[in-house]
Amino acid sequence: MSWFTKEKAGIEKSDSKKSKVPEGMWVKCPGCSGTILSLDIEANQNVCPKCGHHFRIDAVKRLKNLLDEGSWKEFDSGMTSVDFLEFKDAKSYQDRINAAVAKGGSKDAVICVEGAIEGTRVQVSVFDFSFMGGSMGSVVGEKITRSIERGITLKQPVIIISASGGARMQESILSLMQMAKTSAALAKLKEAGVPFISVLTDPTTGGVTASFAMLGDINIAEPKALIGFAGPRVIEQTIRQKLPEGFQRAEYLLDHGMVDIIIPRIEMRQKLSSILGMLRKTDF
Amino acid sequence: MAAQFHLEFEKPVVELEKKVDELNALAKNGLDISSDISALEARVEEMRNNIFSNLTRWQTAQVARHVNRPFTLDYIRLIFSEFVELHGDRNFGDDHAIVGGPARFEGKPVMVIGHQKGRDTKEKVYRNFGMPNPEGYRKALRLMKMAEQFGLPVITFVDTPGAYPGIGAEERGQAEAIARNLREMAALRTPIIVCVTGEGGSGGALAIAVGNRILMLEHSIYAVISPEGCAAILWSDGTKGEQAAEALKPTAKDIIRLGVIDEIIKEPPGGAHRNHQVTAIALKEAISRNLDELEKLSADELVEDRYRKFRAMTRCVE
Repeated sequence: MSWFTKEKAGIEKSDSKKSKVPEGMWVKCPGCSGTILSLDIEANQNVCPKCGHHFRIDAVKRLKNLLDEGSWKEFDSGMTSVDFLEFKDAKSYQDRINAAVAKGGSKDAVICVEGAIEGTRVQVSVFDFSFMGGSMGSVVGEKITRSIERGITLKQPVIIISASGGARMQESILSLMQMAKTSAALAKLKEAGVPFISVLTDPTTGGVTASFAMLGDINIAEPKALIGFAGPRVIEQTIRQKLPEGFQRAEYLLDHGMVDIIIPRIEMRQKLSSILGMLRKTDF
Repeated sequence: MAAQFHLEFEKPVVELEKKVDELNALAKNGLDISSDISALEARVEEMRNNIFSNLTRWQTAQVARHVNRPFTLDYIRLIFSEFVELHGDRNFGDDHAIVGGPARFEGKPVMVIGHQKGRDTKEKVYRNFGMPNPEGYRKALRLMKMAEQFGLPVITFVDTPGAYPGIGAEERGQAEAIARNLREMAALRTPIIVCVTGEGGSGGALAIAVGNRILMLEHSIYAVISPEGCAAILWSDGTKGEQAAEALKPTAKDIIRLGVIDEIIKEPPGGAHRNHQVTAIALKEAISRNLDELEKLSADELVEDRYRKFRAMTRCVE
């Protein structure tokens, strides 16, 4: 089944209207159709100040908004993917990796850091959707597993902020196995009594949703984020009927009991801090 | 069981087999043609071996999906005794795309769980083409937890195109059900042996496939996405499954190189669908041998063994 429907739309088009804030002085907000000064949106964590529409935000910017200034250091930043299957469609996987790395920023689709939220030390992983649709192959799975293992060793809460089309097709079976690997690490974290908070942002689908992203002690979603297992197009093609209004949006998942709470990006840092304060055991 | 459906590349063999049958009928009438028959039989065997040892990845996918291929309930009938099928997830319903329950394996009680496909149209629909909904995965987990409670080893059979992509499945948490199974299977304090017998379709397969040992039948496939699904994304053309199958490298031979599976189980000449009995005997032998090894491990060791196995599945550079 296709877990990659979103990836197709997103993987090459980091400049599509949904992702990040478009270049230029003025931006037309897809939420309220208002014309907003792009600087005002950026100053507001990529959220429309008028209607609260959440634009996508890059991983480093998100970390800056979330963590105490100067509190964080990155792990495994040099880890890169290998085209071990010699996977080729129009382009080879190796060319896709090279192109994504050349765009600047990270060397794969997730950044893993240790940092502090209002003084509480945490292990945080943030997906970079602009890197091959945030897809999970060996590197993403390995970095996240190590982050969880650091959480176990250091007794620090683990936070994963997902934005992903799912497992990475170009690593075939090994991408699939990253779902098992990361979930197995979470089993150990749970046994160690360390909290895991999953934050699902637009979009989180496929093998990422069907592994760690749904396994939070607390699952948090950003407003209106698309969250699901199968992509909407695949479902429509399978069942041959229109999907209900708001299907697979954060609010829909909240209604169906799949996420605990929807938290606007502006309040994320403060709410996370508050939750962590209450979930933390004192006898570590 | 008579194979009523033949794949395109099987047809030359089937034609020759018919000729052998015809000659045998003539021989019964008193004609002395035994040397002709054995010559033809030798040719059939050679041709069959030639075709099946050189299957393309796409052909392998077709064998893996063959409608006459043995399904979970066939293996249960052939390998186990006293199977008691248990139903339902105690929450929403019973999913007919996954079957399971306690049974005896060589006299010892075990828990058997597997995807179930249908053979005729009516049964295919009843089994939802082997595509489970969340309640199927939750039933499977309930049975695994029961196995843990009563110290039964778990044996699973993997054969699904994937988890069902439907509105109800999403509403009831398809992703959550799969994810939970991955986490809980990783921590299960009893041996788990996984047999990939047909199609290992993505997360829908993996949700019952986190085991200490993963066995795979020679002509089965296992991948992150179906060849057709992959083709639909890469070339916006679901009919280019053949190319996609080459790219995904989903065969047992491909996968064992990556350390994802432990053992390839030989199929009888012409594929598992030509002889259920022989396939089941080979699978039974492998399950028995692996189970003997795993039963020497303590619960802690089993969990650690499983963790190390999946922990090692990485290909990257630092």
